[in-house]
Amino acid sequence: MLMPAGSGDLYEKRKGVYPKAIDGFYRRLKWAIMAVTLAIYWGTPWIRWDRGPYAPDQAVLVDLAHRRFYMFAIEIWPHEFYYVAGLLIMAGIGLFLVTSAVGRAWCGYACPQTVWTDLFQHVERFIDGDRNAQIKLAKAPWSVAKLTRRLAKWSLWLAIAFATGGAWIFYFADAPTLQSAFWTGHAAPVAYATVAVLTATTFLLGGFLREQVCIYMCPWPRIQTAMLDEKSLVVTYKDWRGEQRGSVKKAQANPDLFGDCIDCNQCVAVCPTGIDIREGPQVGCITCALCIDACDRVMEQVGRPRGLIDYCTQEDAEAEKQGAAPRPVLKTLLRPRTLAYAAVWTSIGAAMLFALGARTRIDIAAQQDRNPIFVRLSDGAIRNAYMVKVRNMEARPRPVTVGVEGLPGAMLWTDAGTREQAAPTVTATVPADSVAKLRLFIAAPAQGSARQDFAFTVRATDREGGGDHEPARFERP
Amino acid sequence: MADGQDKKIDAATGTELKGHEWDGIAELDTPLPRWWLWTFYATILFAIGYVIAYPAIPMLHDYTRGALGWSSRGALDRELADREAQVAPLRRAIAATAITDLPARPQLMQAAVEGGRAAFKVHCVQCHGSGAAGAKGYPNLNDDDWLWGGDLATIEQTITDGVRNPNHDATRMSIMPAFGRDQLLTAAQVNDVVAHVRVISRQDKASAAAQRGATLFADNCAVCHGPAGKGNRALGAPNLTDGIWLYGGDAQTIHETVWNSRQGVMPRWDDKLDKATIRMLAAYVHSLGGGEAAVAEAGNGAQP
Repeated sequence: MLMPAGSGDLYEKRKGVYPKAIDGFYRRLKWAIMAVTLAIYWGTPWIRWDRGPYAPDQAVLVDLAHRRFYMFAIEIWPHEFYYVAGLLIMAGIGLFLVTSAVGRAWCGYACPQTVWTDLFQHVERFIDGDRNAQIKLAKAPWSVAKLTRRLAKWSLWLAIAFATGGAWIFYFADAPTLQSAFWTGHAAPVAYATVAVLTATTFLLGGFLREQVCIYMCPWPRIQTAMLDEKSLVVTYKDWRGEQRGSVKKAQANPDLFGDCIDCNQCVAVCPTGIDIREGPQVGCITCALCIDACDRVMEQVGRPRGLIDYCTQEDAEAEKQGAAPRPVLKTLLRPRTLAYAAVWTSIGAAMLFALGARTRIDIAAQQDRNPIFVRLSDGAIRNAYMVKVRNMEARPRPVTVGVEGLPGAMLWTDAGTREQAAPTVTATVPADSVAKLRLFIAAPAQGSARQDFAFTVRATDREGGGDHEPARFERP
Repeated sequence: MADGQDKKIDAATGTELKGHEWDGIAELDTPLPRWWLWTFYATILFAIGYVIAYPAIPMLHDYTRGALGWSSRGALDRELADREAQVAPLRRAIAATAITDLPARPQLMQAAVEGGRAAFKVHCVQCHGSGAAGAKGYPNLNDDDWLWGGDLATIEQTITDGVRNPNHDATRMSIMPAFGRDQLLTAAQVNDVVAHVRVISRQDKASAAAQRGATLFADNCAVCHGPAGKGNRALGAPNLTDGIWLYGGDAQTIHETVWNSRQGVMPRWDDKLDKATIRMLAAYVHSLGGGEAAVAEAGNGAQP
């Protein structure tokens, strides 16, 4: 691309966006969603969940140090990471579902960048006043008053950024303990670093970069708009109804010439990304619908029907242009594509729930010593050695019996004992939430095939029971 | 290249064109951005500084050593010294603890076994193999058969003093006579003794030759190997009745052993390794699966 003539810069300077305050259905929806998501975000780490004396009592905890992920009654071990993968797949398909049904709902309502920007803009209005006052203040030369206002605004932003970014660390450690450690300066350096980074990024992205994140930095809108089709609900300016634009006075004089749009520019004034929705669907539109609120209000004031700007599918827009009646929203939501996504999403969830219910909490793995593969003992018997790992995924110590299946005459002992103590099974207690390593020696008669397949078995001997088995091989000369 | 005459100027930008064109796309002769240029100069400065500070240019017999005196070999030495300093307290503790007390201190014992595993790979695998499974003439250290004893203290002494190590008084010492070569027994008698050993090791059925061999064995061999051939650890005399053979249990190998005798040698290690390393090696060998408890060994060693 060639540089614009006469311009010495590759970039256009950012035009300030000073969205005007607006009230309406979608504005209140945004407030509600912000309240609910923030409540979940702040509250979750403080929910307690009694797991007994051997595991943390935090309901949702990502315990990186001990490689555990706790979520209420569910405890995920690193080797069960496929549950997390499953959740990610569900999130992906959920995104397809939501996007194909209601367009960029994530961008408009749930994205942290949107939510924080929204919050920061309200602080801005509280300090600087609404749109016009903000524009005036931005143009005004620096003065004590302006500096005071700016400092007040930035401190409030910083406080919000700290409160929201800082809460993130409570998901990774016991929240009450970390809270007191944090304020007394005893928390891990990584906790302070995380809070500092998240506070700084929230402050910067929510306070200053705002819509530039959505338009230039974020790949998400490009991905999401690619998922939309002509049957997805998006914010649409019904140009066949609105054009030609003209003031109320002009329209009264010439009712046939002018449409419903009175060109009041309120839809542009309230837009947090500063776009003009009347130019059609565009990447800068996060479908937050504040323009709908603004336009509906104006239409009401001038006595024209609402919905000049509205959620509408592209297909319906074409149909309405041809004179069809608007379709109810529910009908646009229920269609084969969304139903198919919903079915896939539900079946993955059901499969994961089933796997979660059926998984065993005691687990055995065995690895044979390869050097030497076998040892002849003085009485002629053959001994093989194995590293056997018994995994106890419950938050309490469990007594287990390790034995073998399919190896007649086999006697077992561990490196803590001697052959005199050999027995058909070995008992051990596996500590809570951990893996016990047993070096097991197995002696078996020399008669038999050179390679004999058998299985290690483990059985919990407490009331809950349960067990596992692992195929292995016994080698002879 | 564009010279003064056919200088082409791009109308949109006012910039000179390079003069080549591909598919309608011409290249502007735009100067490098200033930041790029400065970065380029900075990298040159950095390179000069680097050459001065660090070893850089190879010469005929040497190389420029750099003002900082850094070398990768020196860095490695420092790392090794650091590592040595790290494990020094552990080594001191192991050296200060009698080997019979090690099992009571599981952490120290575990450290000793791990240290022994590493030392074994350096000093012992040449004869005993990387898995300590031995070879013909070199004992398998994994099994439960021991010539001199398999408890911790005995293994430690075997490593410390070696076996039949010349010019060392404390070494494990025993000499089996070369019954055939030194004409202590006739060829026929040697055959009879071999037949007897094959019977007591349950490899052959009783025979007339074995019968004659039993008498010869009682007269010549029982003094070391015991009347039943079960060996004597005080002399390192092997048990001839079990399933484990250091050189082999077939008739021909036993014949060779009786005729010429065997004199396996293991070096003493106390002149090469420090006390802690030897102790760690003993702990490791003991852990391989055939290690014996000291109490059982005391009873065993007393019997002839």
